[in-house]
Amino acid sequence: MKRLLKEFTKGISRENPVFIIALGLCPALAVSISLENALGMGAAATFVLVFSNCLISTIRNIVPNRIRIPCFIVVIASFVTIVELLMAAFSPQLAKQLGIFVPLIVVNCIIMGRAESFASKNNILPSVLDGLGMGLGFTLALSAIGVIRELLGSGQILGQAVLKSYPPATIMILPPGALLTLGLLIGLINLIKSKRRE
Amino acid sequence: MEISAILSIIIGMVFVNNFVLSKFLGLCPFLGVSRNTKSALSMGLAVIFVMSLSGFITWLVYRFILVPLDLIYLRTIVFILVIASFVQFVEMVIRKMSPAIYRALGIYLPLITTNCAVLGVTVLNVNKFFANGKSLPGSFVLSLLQSFFAGVGFTLALILMSGIRERLDLNDVPKSLAGIPIAFIVASLMSLAFMGFNGFRF
Repeated sequence: MKRLLKEFTKGISRENPVFIIALGLCPALAVSISLENALGMGAAATFVLVFSNCLISTIRNIVPNRIRIPCFIVVIASFVTIVELLMAAFSPQLAKQLGIFVPLIVVNCIIMGRAESFASKNNILPSVLDGLGMGLGFTLALSAIGVIRELLGSGQILGQAVLKSYPPATIMILPPGALLTLGLLIGLINLIKSKRRE
Repeated sequence: MEISAILSIIIGMVFVNNFVLSKFLGLCPFLGVSRNTKSALSMGLAVIFVMSLSGFITWLVYRFILVPLDLIYLRTIVFILVIASFVQFVEMVIRKMSPAIYRALGIYLPLITTNCAVLGVTVLNVNKFFANGKSLPGSFVLSLLQSFFAGVGFTLALILMSGIRERLDLNDVPKSLAGIPIAFIVASLMSLAFMGFNGFRF
């Protein structure tokens, strides 16, 4: 039980995919313009992670080792297509804002990485928990970047004006702001880690 | 097809909408392979090659298989499989034909399969040059141009970045910013500089 809990929580903090391992950076930067987009992207990626981990762990003993990567890609791409269609049907506005990054969940290194390094070696339950934890960690990282960029770039959180007398720094919503925010956030985490070690 | 359409694709893909610095596609190799200029150039050439030919193949597959069979919702699955098997094929051919090129580019080829810039450009091609399941006039040539110059833009950003990082190694960077964080901050400043191209209009 304790081990299962550990599989779940490691993705959120100790092995956070974006901040610690630096995977899945492209969507993390591109869609974190606002908290809303970040949450949508996080939910989509978590869905794909959980289901692909579950299915890959189920078929891990049937798939021949040499062709496992193409098989994993097909599994992941199928779930991504499901997400794409669901999103287009139920939330067309979000689908439009995330745009090309919805099909690009296929090549999100986090998903392939978890499939290869975890789900292909473990049972179904730990794999699902691992996927859920990693997905939540990804969502958390995206939201952190999203909140900072939305707040500084347009003075809003989830579309609600928060900083009223603050002149928005538009640069934070533009690409340079994303790179700067992520660089400084990772730096901050490194600083906290080294302070704790002392 | 007008010359202005071609020019706007070329300038747009290389400078204005640079894949790495303004669209955030292909960030993993951008950070991973930009430690020295030589490997950055090799990676860039490999990406240009794979991107152009993937753009070519996926256009054919989309136009002559997926559209007639009414299967365009399978786009993502089909494209990633085409790219993955194509990269594998290229790797085998290069290994047989030219060991010298294989030594230079070989290790980068498998990395390219999971480079989101390649899948990104193919999806962008069909989004931009197909409307309601019909190919727009000149879409084939425009797709090829877009794929090729997206690769050129990627290579440009990669080489610029590797030059800066070579210098950065000799400098005193605050401990907690060393490595990835300072690379992001440098990329942010580069992206700011590239925003200067935004005013270009044709």
